[in-house]
Amino acid sequence: MLAKRGLRQFPFTLATLTALVTLLMLTPLALSITAGLVNNYSQGLASGLTTRWLEQVWEGYGDTLLWSLTIASLCALITVVAGVPCAYALARTRSRWARLFEELLTLPVAVPGLATGLALILVYGQFRSFRQSFLFILVGHVVFTLPFVVRTVSSAFANRELIALEEAARTLGAGFTRRLVGVLIPAVMPAIIASALMVFTLSVGEFNLTWMLHTPLTRTLPVGLADSYASMRIEVGSAYTLIFFIVVLPLLWALQAIAHQVQKRYGT
Amino acid sequence: MELERTSVKILQCAKTYSDGTRGLLPSSLDVHPGEVLALLGPSGCGKTTLLRLIAGLEMVDRGGVIQFGQQDVTYLPVERRQIGMVFQHYALFPQMTVQANIGYGLRIRGASPQELKRVVGELLDLVQLNGLEHKRPAELSGGQRQRVALARAVAVRPKVLLLDEPLTALDAKLKVTLRDEMAELLRRLGITTIHVTHDQQEALAIADRLAVMRSGRIIQVGEGEALYRHPKHMFVAEFLGRINRLKRTPQDIANHTVTIAQATVRCPQGLWPELFVRPEDIELKPYDPHLPVATLLQRSFLGDRIHYRIDVAGQGILTAEAHRDSPYLAGDRVSFTIATEHFMPCENDQ
Repeated sequence: MLAKRGLRQFPFTLATLTALVTLLMLTPLALSITAGLVNNYSQGLASGLTTRWLEQVWEGYGDTLLWSLTIASLCALITVVAGVPCAYALARTRSRWARLFEELLTLPVAVPGLATGLALILVYGQFRSFRQSFLFILVGHVVFTLPFVVRTVSSAFANRELIALEEAARTLGAGFTRRLVGVLIPAVMPAIIASALMVFTLSVGEFNLTWMLHTPLTRTLPVGLADSYASMRIEVGSAYTLIFFIVVLPLLWALQAIAHQVQKRYGT
Repeated sequence: MELERTSVKILQCAKTYSDGTRGLLPSSLDVHPGEVLALLGPSGCGKTTLLRLIAGLEMVDRGGVIQFGQQDVTYLPVERRQIGMVFQHYALFPQMTVQANIGYGLRIRGASPQELKRVVGELLDLVQLNGLEHKRPAELSGGQRQRVALARAVAVRPKVLLLDEPLTALDAKLKVTLRDEMAELLRRLGITTIHVTHDQQEALAIADRLAVMRSGRIIQVGEGEALYRHPKHMFVAEFLGRINRLKRTPQDIANHTVTIAQATVRCPQGLWPELFVRPEDIELKPYDPHLPVATLLQRSFLGDRIHYRIDVAGQGILTAEAHRDSPYLAGDRVSFTIATEHFMPCENDQ
C-alpha cells in the first residue's frame, strides 16, 4: 500500500530516468552472463545453451578463485591484527609525527598499484621463493589495504565517548590490555568489522598491484580474468565473469549480513 | 554496604596543560572522612580539572601533593588509586549488561563468581534496578543509566567517590528526584565524595560542604548554609543565589549606616563600600515615610512566591521576593525593611 502510494507520487520523468540508468548498467552484465552460457556468441541464443565454457573455466582457473578468497581472508585478518593497535596508537598520540605518519600510511591508496608493485619487486624480487609464492601478493594486498583499517578504526578510537569509556575502565582498575580487549575493541567492533569487510572486498577485486606481482603460477581471480579475456574465446571470458558472480556475490552478501548482526550487537 | 572513610588532602596542587593553559592555580583543600564535598563554579573554573587530578586522570604539576588518608597518591596511576568515578555521560560499557557493568571492577580484582553475584545483587537493591540486570545501557532511561554508573563506581569499595556533573544529562524534574536520592544514598554509604557541579541547587542539596571556584582558584569553602548567608566574596554570594547591591557614601561608612532612598538604615560595622542583600531579605510593607520607600515596577507570580522589581531612589532597581499572598501591585508606592543581620558585607574584586 505504502509502496504503491510512494510510487504514484514519484515523478514520472524521474522514474523513467532511473529505469534507463538501471537498464544501461544491467545490459552489459546480462549480455556478459548470457555470453558465457551460449554455444556461440556471434549467433547468440540461437546457437543453444551450454555449460561447457563454465566447465572449461573451472578446470583452467578454478584455483585462482580459491587463492583469491584465501588471500582476501588472510589479508583481512592481518590488516585487522596489525591495524587495530596502530589505529589506537595514532588516535591517542597528539604529536605532529603521528599526523605525518597517518598521511604516509594513506599513500599506497593514492599511488597507482603498478608503482607500488614495482617498488615491492625492486626490493623483494631477489628473494626467489618469496617472489614466486602467493605470500608476495598477500604482502602487496596488505600494504594496499592497511590504510583503510587504520583510518576507519582510528577515527572510531578518537571518539570522545570512547575516551570517556577508557577513562571509566581505568578508574575501575583496568590495565591497558584489559581495557583494550574488554572495552575498547568491543566498542569499535562495528568499525573493525566494516573495515575488514572493505579489505576483503578490495583484495578480491584488486588487479593493478596483483598484475605486477603475479607469476604464471601465482594468479588471483582478476589476473586470471584478464588472462582469459586476452587469450581465450569471448565465451570463456564471460563464463569466468559468471563464476565470479556466482561465488563472490553470495559470499559478500553473507559477510554483510554477519557484519550487520555484529554491529547490531555492539552498537549503542 | 558500609564503606571505608578516607580523608582527602590536596596541597598546593596546580595544573598547567601542555599548550600552556593553566587549568588550576595552586590550590589546597581538605575533605573530611565520609564527607560529601561539592566543587561548585561556572564552566572553565577548574573544578573538573581538580577532580581529574584527584582521580589521577591528569597529573599534578610539580610541587603539588594529593593524599588519601595517610597515603601519598600524587604519582599513583589512576588504575591503582582505588577511586570510583561517575562520568558526566556515565560512560557505561555499551556492549555489557547492567550486571556486567556493575561487576566490571570486581571482575578485574579477581572476585569469585559468588562474591560477584552477592555484591552486584546488593547494589542492584541499593539503586533499585532489580529486574534490569540483563538489559544493556542503550535500553535504559537516563535516570537508570545514572544509577548504574553510581553502582558501578561504588562496587569496588573505593576510598573516594568522584562525581563529574552526574546529573547534567537529565531533565529538570528527574534531576531533582535523583539528586535527593543520591544525597540519601551517599549518606547511607558514608563514603568520602567529591562532587563537581555548576548547579548551586544540586550542590546545596547533596553536599555537606561546598568549595566555590572561579578562574582556577578556590574562592571559599564552607557549609552551604554558611556560604549562602555569609559569603566572604561577592562571587560566592552571586553564584549561590541572587543578590542586590547597595552603594554606601563615605558618610554612611563613618556612621555604620546605608542610605536607602530617603531613609538611613543601620548596618553591620565595617569599611565596605557596598553591601549585598538577597531578594528574600527585602521585606515589603505598606507605604510608611519613616522607612525606605520605593515604586513597584513589576510583579511576577512564580507559584510558590512572588518576584518584585522595585525602583529605589539613589540605589536603582532592586529585586525583592515575597510569599505568594503578598498583595502589592505594579505602580504601588511601598516601603520595605531589611534586618541588620541580612546585610552581607563581602569582598568584590570585579
